[in-house]
Amino acid sequence: MNSALRILVIDKNRIRAAIIEEGLREAGHAHVTIIHDVAGIARRIADEQPDVIVIDLENPNRDMLESMFQLTRAVKRPIAMFVDRSDSASIEAAVAAGVSAYVVDGLRKERVKPILDMAISRFNAFSRMARELDEARTELESRKLIEKAKGILMKSRGLSEEAAYALLRRTAMNQNRKIAEIAQSLITAAGLLGPGDGT
Amino acid sequence: MNARVTAGFLPLLDSAILVAARQKGFAADEGIDLALVRENSWASIRDRLAVGHFDVAHMLAPMPIAHNLGLAPLAARTIVPMALGLGGNAVTVSLPLWDTMRAHGATGDFDPAATGRALRAAISDGRRPRFAVVHPHSGHNYELRYWLVACGIAPDADVEIVVVPPPLMSDALAAGRIDGYCVGEPWNTAAVAKGVGRIVTTKAAIWHSSPEKVLGVAAEWADADPDTLAALLRALYRAAAWCGEAGNREELAAMLAAPDHVGAPAEWLLPALTGRIAAGAGETVVVPDFFVPQAKAATFPWKSHALWFYSQMVRWGQVAASAQNASVTRETYRPDLYRAALKPLGVALPGANAKVEGALTAATPVGSAGASLVLGPDGFFDGRIFDPDRLDEYLASF
Repeated sequence: MNSALRILVIDKNRIRAAIIEEGLREAGHAHVTIIHDVAGIARRIADEQPDVIVIDLENPNRDMLESMFQLTRAVKRPIAMFVDRSDSASIEAAVAAGVSAYVVDGLRKERVKPILDMAISRFNAFSRMARELDEARTELESRKLIEKAKGILMKSRGLSEEAAYALLRRTAMNQNRKIAEIAQSLITAAGLLGPGDGT
Repeated sequence: MNARVTAGFLPLLDSAILVAARQKGFAADEGIDLALVRENSWASIRDRLAVGHFDVAHMLAPMPIAHNLGLAPLAARTIVPMALGLGGNAVTVSLPLWDTMRAHGATGDFDPAATGRALRAAISDGRRPRFAVVHPHSGHNYELRYWLVACGIAPDADVEIVVVPPPLMSDALAAGRIDGYCVGEPWNTAAVAKGVGRIVTTKAAIWHSSPEKVLGVAAEWADADPDTLAALLRALYRAAAWCGEAGNREELAAMLAAPDHVGAPAEWLLPALTGRIAAGAGETVVVPDFFVPQAKAATFPWKSHALWFYSQMVRWGQVAASAQNASVTRETYRPDLYRAALKPLGVALPGANAKVEGALTAATPVGSAGASLVLGPDGFFDGRIFDPDRLDEYLASF
């Protein structure tokens, strides 16, 4: 039953597209096509004849896609945005996750809903992953800054590593800023005060 | 008042009023924390307004009408209490198409009739050019089609019309995927700056002082928080006045150029603000009223503008003509909310809700509450007149 549906995923983000594809295959969908580049998309849609199109909300070509769907001769079968008005929570979840889906008119919603739900959860998982990666990167960056600032203090003020860190922490608390920000300011100041002094 | 208002916008010159309202403190002066969220498509603006992520948005003027007529999926009821300026668009063609048009007598002065004749001649050479617009329910689509028909060119038969997102237009033109387009600035100037296109006419030349973007407001939000909406309209009115001051153009261009806003060089934004349009090949054409942010009641939501867009939706088979649909269109625009919000400012406000479009051949002082107000010229290039009280007659004429 699932295997009969032809699904087209349009996403410039290759990693996210791969995550969606994997989810669809796990759910038993065999006919999944991924497109990263929207150039010539009308032709691809005409060739693939998809039943369901999943596209990221940030894609600037959504207006083009929607206008194309209105011209049935371009895609042979009428396609409409998948909107289940009886289920506004799921519409909100989709928009919040950044995904939208278009389906061939007449396709029953019980068949489409699980696909959209899966896409929503995978989009959210991807955002979480990207956020965590970003945080990890920031964390690593902060640690490097603090190490460098500690080194400057140890050298210029003759402090121990613990005392240098304590000074950074106390300053950050007094100024209600992050330690990494204080470290960054210190490094900048040391840079301005010239080489030989600190760096 | 202390309210947060979230507004969606697309990277276009005519997001200027919203951007200035935030950046120059006009929103803050009214106690509004105006959050601006840049989007990539009108579809996302529509969706995020529908689910309540946005309270208001920079919108193509026909969009709220299409929402209320049930022409868009997932659309919330949307009202228009204010317009975001007049004009701002142009038509650009590829250099090869321009060469052909030139050979057929195109003059290069943006005259829509002469340019249209040259395009028609180029088409009779056996071409079927592909033009792009930004959305089916857009001023661009309707003014392009209006211009083509008035020049004896049949849209769809003689010219293919497709949809392309504004920032991608000039690249599509350079790649030969399209032969021309109608889009808002700075995306015509972008093609000229990149040396891949020629501006051939402007929205202001096709229909002088014509409507383009509006403030689309989620009706549910407007009903729930009318005071915040009124305060927002006052802030936007002051922002529009600031945008309209010649002395602020450089600053406005620099502000809009920022990556969070339009994200294009300031020199691409200046031509539309000064009306000195670089057409291509080093030629400059001066276009009075290319983009009008505030003068000539440019932010007033005329019901006659709404009805003209409706007439074009009917003309192109997007919606059936009916008294009910005309009424839905009329009620989408809310000059009553505009007047009520701006009354405390003591500024010139139109007394009427609609006007006969195309009737003014010169700038004309009109009766208004309080201070004086000048409107027009507002003519269509083919000399036709749109009288909103004779809508059926106008519809029957197509």
